[in-house]
Amino acid sequence: MTPREALAGVAAVPGAAKPDPHLVVDAVRRDFGGMRAVDVEHLEVQRGVITGLIGPNGAGKTTLFNVLTGFDRADSGHWAFDGRNASGLPAHRLARRGMVRTFQLTRVLSRLTVLENMKLAAVGQRGERFGPALLRPLWSAQEARVERHADELLTRFRLAAKRDDYAGYLSGGQRKLLEMARALMVDPALVLLDEPMAGVNPALRQDLLGHITDLRDAGRTVLFVEHDMDVVMTISDWVVCMAEGRIIAEGPPAAVAGNRAVIDAYLGSRHDEPEFREGR
Amino acid sequence: MDLMVILSDAGRGALGPVAAIYALAAVGLNIHFGYTGLLNFGHVAFMLVGAYGVAVTVAVYDGPLWLGALVGLIGAGLLALLLGLPTLRLRADYLAIATIAAGEVLRIVFNAGFAQPVTGGVYGLQQFAGAFYAVNPIPSGSYGLGPLSFTQRDVWVMLVGWGAVALAALGLFLLVHSPWGRVLRAIREDEEAVRSLGKNVYGYKIQSLVLGGLIGAAGGILLAVDAQSVTPNTFNPVVTFYLYTLLILGGAGTVLGPVLGSVLFWFLLSFADSALRQAIGAGYVSPQVIEPADVGALRFALVGLGLVLLLVFRPEGILGNRAEMRLEAGAAGTPRRPRRRPPNQVSGRIKEEAGQ
Repeated sequence: MTPREALAGVAAVPGAAKPDPHLVVDAVRRDFGGMRAVDVEHLEVQRGVITGLIGPNGAGKTTLFNVLTGFDRADSGHWAFDGRNASGLPAHRLARRGMVRTFQLTRVLSRLTVLENMKLAAVGQRGERFGPALLRPLWSAQEARVERHADELLTRFRLAAKRDDYAGYLSGGQRKLLEMARALMVDPALVLLDEPMAGVNPALRQDLLGHITDLRDAGRTVLFVEHDMDVVMTISDWVVCMAEGRIIAEGPPAAVAGNRAVIDAYLGSRHDEPEFREGR
Repeated sequence: MDLMVILSDAGRGALGPVAAIYALAAVGLNIHFGYTGLLNFGHVAFMLVGAYGVAVTVAVYDGPLWLGALVGLIGAGLLALLLGLPTLRLRADYLAIATIAAGEVLRIVFNAGFAQPVTGGVYGLQQFAGAFYAVNPIPSGSYGLGPLSFTQRDVWVMLVGWGAVALAALGLFLLVHSPWGRVLRAIREDEEAVRSLGKNVYGYKIQSLVLGGLIGAAGGILLAVDAQSVTPNTFNPVVTFYLYTLLILGGAGTVLGPVLGSVLFWFLLSFADSALRQAIGAGYVSPQVIEPADVGALRFALVGLGLVLLLVFRPEGILGNRAEMRLEAGAAGTPRRPRRRPPNQVSGRIKEEAGQ
């Protein structure tokens, strides 16, 4: 049974237990002054599938991302990644354990070339330690391997022609591609994508959609925040909806799209019909 | 007014021990500012610790010179940790505040009456580097390079000084062309992104601060040895800003930028100084307009003017990369859209790009 088929038996209720959870979140809260930005009682993310995280602006999706990936601290609660505690760990240690995120506003390293952006992300590089860095023979073979892998990914993401350009000269869409390709250099088991489609033109959007489903098909878990409902409904295997910091619904895309609480959260409690456009 | 005298003065300034000392210290600052993006506004503090490490160990405690140098380096390493551990987790400005304050605190404390038994207070310490000159292998005499002439003492300091600069530059070259250096440059660009890729940014920033601080201290040690004297007021905050000036002049974030910058900075300064004195001496400038005593201050104004012109026409510094510089200028604010350039510069830049 594939991980996706395993989801078929899961109840579409908030906090539902999954057959093979990759990420388990318990009672995580984050307050900003008097405002509770995140208040997640229980959430499990199934391994090897694409989970879409939706919710109106200010629902706490990005804050939850920041907390889970160590970029912000939780006021309380704990979470486990791959069965091991991940709460309170610094971002770089979580990344090394295979939980890698991208950012809503892309963060390419402008004054590094595209290739350097990629090579930077490889883990366990001997030459990144101060002493060995001075002695090229200690790391040159590894560097060559890293470069080959980077070139493969750049070709796959159609950035090979930009290889030696400064990343700061890439277009917005190319930056999105580079960020995703760079995250892959870490060889993550769980990829968290924060609005991967924001500001991307329709042609490139198709590319990015393909890359996201490729991630799943390569056995990785994907959790992504997205506002574009077409995208969410098309590629997600499971959808989680947040509003005002809480998880108000989760389930297969179609079930969430028709969920009363979700429609209320997006449109307010007075409404006629759901306005989700048809998935492709 | 003798042009040869002016040029030989300028040449002596450009190649002399002081230029080597500043070049060495600037290599350290380049690791902080040019490669890691750390705003260290108190680099002079590292020089002070290095210089006093030698002076106090030898002049006060009668230790050997090599031990003094070691004390200076260890002190600088500790200072870097003291400054870095609490501030490098915070935003970049906190390090800037801490370093500029540390520089002044050290200078004032070393100047203070209660510190006099150890530091010599305002009088400082003298004659502690005899051991260095005792091993001078260069036979006494005057050594010339065209119109330039140096004593055997100067040649010895220059040899060691420029040797240290070469060694530091070589080490830096190896480091910045390694994955380690790549992480530093990436941190300069965006530390959050680097963190998200599994690098311990804090650890790298500490390493950078310590390494640059040690090289700065080496500059301070050399300064003390060259002058055979240290006083706290040698280590004014303005030294740090000279270092920034020559670093940006040569090209921050390039291996040889600080070296070239230092040579050029001291060439210009000595040139302006000598030219002004010659002009006054020859009667081209009336002493009523500029007195010889004003020259010391005025030469800085002239050098400042030269630097302004240079940076207007070559903002990336002499060895810097213009494509990189434009990114730095445009990096803040709107990373998604290409920056709109000022209209009067468009044509020139398009030509430049077409030529590449």
